[in-house]
Amino acid sequence: MKVARAHPLWLAYLLHRLSGLGLALFLPLHFWVLSYALNDAAKLDAFLTLTEMPLVKLAEFGLVFLLAVHFFGGLRLIALEWLPWSAPQKTWAAAAVAGSFLVSTTFLLQAI
Amino acid sequence: MPERDHLTVTVLRGGPDAPLQPQTFEVPAYDNQTVLDVVSWIQQNADPTLTYRFACRVGMCGSCAMMVNGVPRWTCRTHVSKVLDGNTMEVGPLRNLPVIKDLAADMDPFFDKWVAAEGRHHPTRSRDEAIAPIDPVAEERQAANAGIECINCSVCYSACDTVAGNPDYLGPAALQRAWTLYNDAKDADRDAILDAVSGQGGCHSCHSMGSCTAYCPNELDPLSAIAGLKRATAKRFFGGRK
Repeated sequence: MKVARAHPLWLAYLLHRLSGLGLALFLPLHFWVLSYALNDAAKLDAFLTLTEMPLVKLAEFGLVFLLAVHFFGGLRLIALEWLPWSAPQKTWAAAAVAGSFLVSTTFLLQAI
Repeated sequence: MPERDHLTVTVLRGGPDAPLQPQTFEVPAYDNQTVLDVVSWIQQNADPTLTYRFACRVGMCGSCAMMVNGVPRWTCRTHVSKVLDGNTMEVGPLRNLPVIKDLAADMDPFFDKWVAAEGRHHPTRSRDEAIAPIDPVAEERQAANAGIECINCSVCYSACDTVAGNPDYLGPAALQRAWTLYNDAKDADRDAILDAVSGQGGCHSCHSMGSCTAYCPNELDPLSAIAGLKRATAKRFFGGRK
């Protein structure tokens, strides 16, 4: 029998795990490229021209998305497990974080 | 009149020696009909060899839980119209437990883990002493009260993917039981509880997927109870007192 799991907490768990795996796969590559800064600056510059490609730009967007999702997923987990809050308190806290993030990001984008 | 005459019900049947096989039945549809009514109709009218378990029929005894369309549910209080997929329904034995036969799961591992989680009362007084008064509004008591309506139906245990992946994991019901006892002012051995739930397969194995809380038929919150145990064991580890 196919098991039904699609409730919000399980989906949040899945998103946290998958984003973590994605970041874990990316980080060795990231450090390997960064190592060229020490060993072979010309090679690093050549590699960095790849970032002009639209596909790589899209991948960068994905990377920032993974990072954001994993960061907030971690905060969610810390709050869930370490703060003995009631469900409405958690909902209000999450809404406050989301609201402040929206406002601050809007200001940041205007500044850029 | 019901919207349909018949339901197409697939029952997963088998046992320890035979893998589960689907068998389909046509069951008359009624306006008011629980999943347990449907299973009983099959056993009484279509195939008397169908094995299942129930007792109270009013959501108190925790005997009749089964998988219904992939979700563990108390079948005596689950209305067919709430779970029907088109005109069909699939019923199977609870997940994460051995199958005795057909829809009857072997609950032994579930109850063994209650014992392993130190889910028993450690008295502070003997029967010859006066009963200790309990403050019903104390924070500790409120935390204990939140979990005491568990009916041991094993829906949470069956819903939990951590149990599925780790046979040693004590599971949501046993850990919630440990948390209620930990918050019981009349419990004399809270260290024994923390010892039992902090080892291999204890509360720290929980990945906070929340299926226990999402599917508990009594709307209890084992996820928060397990989080409470995580905090209590961590505090004790760092030398803090409750």
